[in-house]
Amino acid sequence: MNPTPAIQIAGLTKSYGDVHVLQGVDMTVESGSIFALLGSNGAGKTTTVKILTTLLKADGGTASVNGFDVQTQAQDVRSSISLTGQFAAVDEILTGRENLILVAKLLRQPNPGAVADDLLARFSLTEAGNRKVATYSGGMRRRVDIAMSLIGNPPVIFLDEPTTGLDPEARIEVWQAVKELADNGTTVLLTTQYLEEAEQLADRIAILHEGRIIANGTLAELKAMFPPAKKEYVEKQPTLEEIFLAITSTSNGTSAGTTTVKES
Amino acid sequence: MTTRFFGDTAVLAGRSLRHIGRSPDTIVTTAITPIAMMLMFVYVFGGAIDTGSHESYVSYQLPGILLITIASGIAYTAYRLFQDKNSGMFDRFQSMPIARSAVLWGHVITSVVANMISLVVVVLVALLMGFRTGASVLDWLSVIGILALFTLALTWLAVIPGLTAGTVEGASAFSYPLIFLPFLSSAFVPTDTMPGPVQAFAEHQPVTSIVDTIRAIFAGEDPGNELWIALAWCIGLLVVAYVLATAAYRRKFS
Repeated sequence: MNPTPAIQIAGLTKSYGDVHVLQGVDMTVESGSIFALLGSNGAGKTTTVKILTTLLKADGGTASVNGFDVQTQAQDVRSSISLTGQFAAVDEILTGRENLILVAKLLRQPNPGAVADDLLARFSLTEAGNRKVATYSGGMRRRVDIAMSLIGNPPVIFLDEPTTGLDPEARIEVWQAVKELADNGTTVLLTTQYLEEAEQLADRIAILHEGRIIANGTLAELKAMFPPAKKEYVEKQPTLEEIFLAITSTSNGTSAGTTTVKES
Repeated sequence: MTTRFFGDTAVLAGRSLRHIGRSPDTIVTTAITPIAMMLMFVYVFGGAIDTGSHESYVSYQLPGILLITIASGIAYTAYRLFQDKNSGMFDRFQSMPIARSAVLWGHVITSVVANMISLVVVVLVALLMGFRTGASVLDWLSVIGILALFTLALTWLAVIPGLTAGTVEGASAFSYPLIFLPFLSSAFVPTDTMPGPVQAFAEHQPVTSIVDTIRAIFAGEDPGNELWIALAWCIGLLVVAYVLATAAYRRKFS
């Protein structure tokens, strides 16, 4: 693996008037890992992602992605990343295939049509490929979004709240797609407000709270920061999510059906 | 970087032209209001208006109707830009290694193409209503050139509310005053019957010189100085609108 960290942030600050959204964020994301930035609404997750993806200028501090400074080498950063999720849209008037071709053309891929067909197949969207995205379900739309972010094999992918607003089934579809990304050695920075999502996907988790990183480590390290687990025997009731999935999963059932394994 | 710019602009213009292809009603609605006005002016008011010119009234008022068509067509550019900004398409494009200005130029070129199609529809209806011209191919090319330049200038003007408006209504509403400019010009009646201040405004606003130029070319006459005044207005407007639009763009997405 590349020894240079994929993302390095030091002392990052950003204010909107009197609102100090980021108050000195420091963090490092190792190349090839999935890193979750966890925080509640308004904690500064999206602001951090916008600065890292060159959409917003920081007030102070430094940030680099794939070794390039986001301020002075913005175009090199843009060549190293892709952005998907909450605020990076898919064109609803175009078909899924046309969306992929659009991005492939903008990224100067030699054969945009073939790139699109390949990704549609990988994300089980071949049949829907020639329908307008406006007719897609939330999960399909996010899959197109993630497929778009793979074009050109960028070394760093930003997923901003990739599952916000999705139903449980679609959320598991997206998780599956994210796991496949990391298996190919891509660095993924994921923002989420769902603890379970961070637990499921991330190698390392940082908690952003009121503009600062207040905790940063692997899941095990974060757990060690809390008092040791107490053993209690409790009859395990299925969660509503498990019930929902059990009832709604059809015969062609995705691997989604497996219940989540709770640690400790 | 320049090859990037042309390639990216072409791809992005292809995208928004496809949007228009999927909803051709935008071209029809752009043409319908001017056509309705033209019917009204020619068949209701026309008989009572003395233009002091030997040409038919339908030919007299056509240049003004063409400018109204452009003024209503460019509102769609503001609308589409606003949608791209709000839906997050802009953020996606901005995070990609593409030429910065191509995102705007894609919309601008789409606007010019869509408006040209609307103009063709309006001219065809005018021909059915009796519009005739002895204009040569070269004359037609100059008329198309002036209309394209005016479209380009107004489209860049439309980019500003598209980027800065807070609501979609606000983004499209700015074009209403532009649609009314031809009424305060020589487009439908000669300016010399207007009261002093109105006449002064009418004779010193861009529409009058553009209308007079196109009318002269259609009539096979020499537009003389009006042509240069019209070109100066179009280019001046274009430069000012372009500078303000790119400044607004840089403020939003630097």
